[in-house]
Amino acid sequence: MSARTLFDKVWTAHEVVPESVDTPAVLYIDLHLIHEVTSPQAFSVLKSLDLRVRRPDRTLATMDHSTPTVTEQVFGKIPIKLDAAAKQVRQLESNAAEFGVELFDMRDARRGIVHVISPELGCTQPGMTIVCGDSHTSTHGAFGALAFGIGTTEVGHVFATQCLLQRKPKTFAVNVEGELRPGVTAKDLILHIIGRIGVSGGTGHVLEYRGSTIRALSMDERMTICNMSIEAGARAGMIAPDETTFEYLKAKPRAPQGVEWDAALPRWRALCTDPDARFDASVDIDASTLEPMITYGTNPGMVMPLGGAIPRISGNAVYDKALGYMGFHGGEVMLGKPVDVVFIGSCTNGRLEDLKAAASILKGRKVAAGVRLLIVPGSQQVKRDAESLGLAQIFKDAGADWRESGCSMCLGMNGDTVGAGQYSVSTSNRNFEGRQGVGARTLLVSPMTAAATAVQGRIADPREFL
Amino acid sequence: MEPLQRVHSKTVVIGSTNVDTDQIIPARFLTTTTKDGLGKQLFADWRYLADGAPNPAFILNRPEAAGCQVLVAGRNFGCGSSREHAPWALLDYGIRAVISTEIADIFKSNALKNGLLPVTVGDATARWLLENPGAEVDIDLAAARLTLPDGTATSFPIEAFARHCLLHGIDELGYLRSKLDVIESYEAARRW
Repeated sequence: MSARTLFDKVWTAHEVVPESVDTPAVLYIDLHLIHEVTSPQAFSVLKSLDLRVRRPDRTLATMDHSTPTVTEQVFGKIPIKLDAAAKQVRQLESNAAEFGVELFDMRDARRGIVHVISPELGCTQPGMTIVCGDSHTSTHGAFGALAFGIGTTEVGHVFATQCLLQRKPKTFAVNVEGELRPGVTAKDLILHIIGRIGVSGGTGHVLEYRGSTIRALSMDERMTICNMSIEAGARAGMIAPDETTFEYLKAKPRAPQGVEWDAALPRWRALCTDPDARFDASVDIDASTLEPMITYGTNPGMVMPLGGAIPRISGNAVYDKALGYMGFHGGEVMLGKPVDVVFIGSCTNGRLEDLKAAASILKGRKVAAGVRLLIVPGSQQVKRDAESLGLAQIFKDAGADWRESGCSMCLGMNGDTVGAGQYSVSTSNRNFEGRQGVGARTLLVSPMTAAATAVQGRIADPREFL
Repeated sequence: MEPLQRVHSKTVVIGSTNVDTDQIIPARFLTTTTKDGLGKQLFADWRYLADGAPNPAFILNRPEAAGCQVLVAGRNFGCGSSREHAPWALLDYGIRAVISTEIADIFKSNALKNGLLPVTVGDATARWLLENPGAEVDIDLAAARLTLPDGTATSFPIEAFARHCLLHGIDELGYLRSKLDVIESYEAARRW
């Protein structure tokens, strides 16, 4: 058999019917994650056609997007402030009960952001196909799974058949070599990659992140990388599973146990791309020279080294509009600019290692006067871990607002928003206009840069705190 | 779904590149549990001023945009989230086709499943359309052909099965369900 990529191997193993000129492939889905925002209309379709969820055992539901992060609202001491969000939560509860889908509801200790909880429970495993009505499903590719976001119509397809109709995407190798310098993180690397290939550079492709830099990353870091594949327009992002992956999964409650674990390991080890396999596209990245990165515009591709100046581009109306929205102009230096809000969290950077990185800078320091620091764990498990490790106390002592888990301020639909015109330095994934609230101005950074900025009240270089 | 053969309409132009789904419909409107009525929230943050009044500078609020069913957009339209609310909002407003040099993958898939035609064209055609708002164009789905007012015709790529389903009003779920016996065999044969 000819040499194959990681993607090819996972794809082929899930072809129920291969694609033809006239019809897409019927692709089997191993794990279907759902949440309250993109599932209601799909359940409605099932009801209208009198269908069941075909494989509830391969379906897992949580609540994260529209849910509040304020403790009293989460645990029902006071009502959820947003009526429409409360209705969505109730709807998912009734749909899950009616269709027999396992749901981590508001009070469940396993609840959290869908892309944080599935890996931490061990539901996300190498070689799987995983979908969710959410574009950041690409996160799960960190385990060597083929994981991608789908629309609500497709959520209905998976409910009814456990399959999707898909054309086979192309492959794209992102080769990363060299050691990241202190203070430079996985977030900085992925921002650099997006800047390099562009926000539509990955369209129609599945990225495979490869090379010594990627192999040296932890699972939390790999998830940060794969999470933002969609910001380069890619269908998915993948990383070959290795000992780091297996070590992470080993003790997870829903990972294979005993003989099943022993049987899974050789299968997982065989997934990596064959030495002579060819990709449809590739890019080479030197990680050893990277600096902390920050976005200056209104898409994640408008990104620059933290210590640099905003590029000057003349005669580009889109660039002018983006900088006008941000209140910036070409040539301005980013360091030292005052900020209003700092947000640490999201499916990109809401895991324990992210919080540890932030805490390493916030320990014994205070948030600058006039700055709001909101820290939201990616899951209730991350919250408990951060509390038992003393990180939460460090955050509270610094003056941060420490919340229950959820998508929170990554997208302004749950009550956590940035005000119009305010500058928000955020560890999330999108700096689109209005993403964090109407008129909000978002600058994407790593957790370390976010923490350093919160302390100084101005955009700051985390390396000064190391 | 209603069969869709042809869209014949004047164009409305939103020339920005990388128009993301948060612009098409901001996240705060995603707390709905139905598909209905999202058209009034289409491009909400560009279309309405802070007090809720229509922004007279935005193209959809100008008289020439009324009744236009074809949106001409800059490169990489529909990037960002997987929210199907984006095509739902465009369709509810009255848009039936989007023309761009590049349309984001998930948006394109969602559009096709709802009868919103994603039409990708080359740079020269796109440039002409961007520079000539209000042009009367014809999109023939069966022929996968876009015809400009001067009669110039250009073909566009469209996934064969999606086109078949749109032309005949076939729901893809019905096709998938017709494969349930094969799906069951696949499940039975899998060794893991």
